[in-house]
Amino acid sequence: MQRRDWLKWAAAAPVLLGSGRLFAAPQAGSRLLVVFMRGGYDAASLLVPVDSEDYYAARPNIAIARETALPLANGWGLHPAMGDSLLPLYHRKQLAFVPFAGTEDLSRSHFETQNSIELGQALQGRRDFGSGFLNRLVGELRGPATEAAAFTAQLPLILRGKVALPNLALPARPPGAADARQRDLIESMYAGTALAESVQEGFALRAQASAALEKEMTEADAGAPSPAGLEGQIRRIATLMRERFHIGFVDVGGWDTHVNQGAATGVLANRLGALGSALAGFADAMGPVWKDTVVVVISEFGRTFRENGNKGTDHGHGTVYWVLGGGIDGGRLAGEQVPVSTATLHQDRDYPLLNEYRAVLGGLFRQMYGLSDARLQAVFDGVRASDLRLV
Amino acid sequence: MSAPPSSRVRRRLLAAGAGAVSVSGWASGVVALAAPAGVRAASPVAALSLLDRLTWGAVVPDSRAVPVFDADRLLAELLLPGSPYLPASVRARLDAMTLHQTPAEALARSLWQDERAINAAPDGDPRQALRDAFQQRLRGLQQEAAETALLRMLHTPNQLQEKMTWFWMNHFNIFIGKGNTQRALLPDFEAQAVRPHALGRFSDLLRATVRHPAMLVYLDNTQNTGKNLNENYGRELLELHTLGIDGGYTQADVTSMSRVLSGLGVWLAPEPRQVPAAQQADYVMDGVFEFHPARHDSADKTLLGTRIPGGGLDEVDAAVRLLAHHPATARHISRKLAVAFVADAPPAALVEAMSRTFLESEGDITAVLRTLFQHAAFEAALAQPDFKDPLRYVLGGVRLLYGDGPPVVDTAPLVQWLARLGQPLYGRETPDGYPLARSAWVGSGQMAARFDVARQMAGAWARLTGAEPGPDGKHPAPPAGAREWFDTALADTLGEPTRAALAQARNGQEWNALLLSSPEFMTR
Repeated sequence: MQRRDWLKWAAAAPVLLGSGRLFAAPQAGSRLLVVFMRGGYDAASLLVPVDSEDYYAARPNIAIARETALPLANGWGLHPAMGDSLLPLYHRKQLAFVPFAGTEDLSRSHFETQNSIELGQALQGRRDFGSGFLNRLVGELRGPATEAAAFTAQLPLILRGKVALPNLALPARPPGAADARQRDLIESMYAGTALAESVQEGFALRAQASAALEKEMTEADAGAPSPAGLEGQIRRIATLMRERFHIGFVDVGGWDTHVNQGAATGVLANRLGALGSALAGFADAMGPVWKDTVVVVISEFGRTFRENGNKGTDHGHGTVYWVLGGGIDGGRLAGEQVPVSTATLHQDRDYPLLNEYRAVLGGLFRQMYGLSDARLQAVFDGVRASDLRLV
Repeated sequence: MSAPPSSRVRRRLLAAGAGAVSVSGWASGVVALAAPAGVRAASPVAALSLLDRLTWGAVVPDSRAVPVFDADRLLAELLLPGSPYLPASVRARLDAMTLHQTPAEALARSLWQDERAINAAPDGDPRQALRDAFQQRLRGLQQEAAETALLRMLHTPNQLQEKMTWFWMNHFNIFIGKGNTQRALLPDFEAQAVRPHALGRFSDLLRATVRHPAMLVYLDNTQNTGKNLNENYGRELLELHTLGIDGGYTQADVTSMSRVLSGLGVWLAPEPRQVPAAQQADYVMDGVFEFHPARHDSADKTLLGTRIPGGGLDEVDAAVRLLAHHPATARHISRKLAVAFVADAPPAALVEAMSRTFLESEGDITAVLRTLFQHAAFEAALAQPDFKDPLRYVLGGVRLLYGDGPPVVDTAPLVQWLARLGQPLYGRETPDGYPLARSAWVGSGQMAARFDVARQMAGAWARLTGAEPGPDGKHPAPPAGAREWFDTALADTLGEPTRAALAQARNGQEWNALLLSSPEFMTR
């Protein structure tokens, strides 16, 4: 056989190469957490275009003042509520932003755009409503070390598909004595049945989540503050991802600020601050594994450039994605950018879309997991991955 | 067809009358027998399995006897729905709901008006106040729609008709959250377009769904005009509603279908639509449904190789006829029904037999179901595990535990349980509907959630029935019918491990929770 033929043949059948792997192997220990901010958060308040006169003219009540925004780079500032959480990560190059990001879906409908993003499929033509892109990614990575879970009450679309994946709602209650007895009784009923494994895994996941909670409560008793709400939840996710899950998903709501969104302080500022603290907590809790972890924060769309009549904003288009990780090449804005002005707006109302989400995520996955073109196409069919050199 | 030689056929009479609505107001769906051979439930397990598939769940029969009966008779009963009797307390609950106090058309217009008023209100607090009130109104209507459906599913004697109504609502899925007027339109869609045809003719059902505002809004057909084609509905009509993904249609067919559908929409404003004189003859207004000739592409079309002459709504009728009688539609619908009632991978012979009936009967759904239920594959399936989806699990659990007591009047907890298990009524966002395959529902997260829900179901009797505490401040005890029934007659339907676990139950409530957690109940 000609050498060229052999290589072509070998590329198509990696199994036979004797690589010992049936599937693309994740880089040792690489973890991925996808965070979905549901509601279309106002990206222009997170990443403030401090050099744009049009921005300040368009938002007399809700713009973040130049002096208040925390300087980042190139005429962009960070919302002051992130000063203690995201800013240090940015300076340590463990955080990057991808502005003008999103999907071509122009419905500006929450559920339609969220669905289309989670499916990760072309907008025209046939769509498979049972196949989310994270499930396809897990399918391509399937190997002994790749476990994935959604840390949500239901299994979201993004993780539905051919691979059966669990969802685990947090926070979990600490196990009580009654629970142990009932668990034993129930497991005994299922012994030897086809469902036995699912039943056991369900209880085991619960126990793990509860153990994480108990550990946290013990630490709290020892004087360390137990973070409430979102940060607590996300730290618990970190424990589970350190110990077991290599791919995770969680969503956070409350971003649909049509009315009175506030500026440097207010409703949006509070929520951004909470999310920032939670992510900083996640980085902390991941410990030695943080350098092999990537967190991607996405949202279905950004919001209108101009404020509306209710001191809020309405559904827009281009948004800002966040990429965090202990080993990324951060401390910058990545991807295609344009100066922020009314001239560069989309339909004279929204941020434009310059970095399509499947191209961005495809590029990330390719680097993180060493995915071949073929494997990448299995995750995002028909997409040319863009390499922002973040990983 | 003959029963397997090894089966034991016990012919014990049951006390309950045909299609009985028992004294407690629940429909047991259990019939008296003494009829010649037909489909037989050959064993108690098969009998329970039959009830669990044809109804929303077996209910403890009055006599507590073994439920071996003539399934032929049961089937005949269930395929001919009678008057939709509901217990008085359930009727009262429904009558009190805002959703049922205004006709759907008026309600839809009223919601549309509210939206308009919000947009016209002065900025700031006045608008926000209106918005808050509107959101509350929408939430209330949505909750009422779900509670209504559950009350009906629990109590109607027409159990199979109700199951088929759900099947078609899922097949022609519409998400109640898309568009504010959907809170009024979707319940009307179920009542007017779907339920009357659920056991009737598929072409009538299809035609009714195409004409209903709820569908036109959900799949964006209100934006589908001759000049600006929107192919969303055209595509889903071919792919999901009729021919199926393998049905052999092309992109050109999708475009043709969309052109046929152009101009079908809704008109919700109180002022009448301004229609130019030239078009008034062809303009149609029916409730809030509208066909506007100016928005319609009236050229000739070719659909699946058949020419549809250009016209108006008659094009839609022609397309519906073509699609409803197409062999691919027969196969697609038959296969979905077979998956729903038999197994994730139904035998090809079964699907073929059903398709043949579909075509020969011109889409008579009752005839197709008869072919299904009388097929050997169905009888064989009664002995196989059938993992319930969350809806069957929750309804089946409530019916089994409490069906021999007073009616359930508060279904709000059921709405919560269904949300918890991932199958809220009217809550499927994508047009493909909830998956029918059992494999789509099994999973460790689902199992863990079900055990929680089982515990809650076991403790919810007082809440569900609205039972008042007695003079001593204590609630009356829930019915113990399920326990007595299983203790006396049906222990054999449970495996030894389950019986052993039940024997360790500390009290009636724990016994009930364990029963609903058991693999037998989960997969029957």
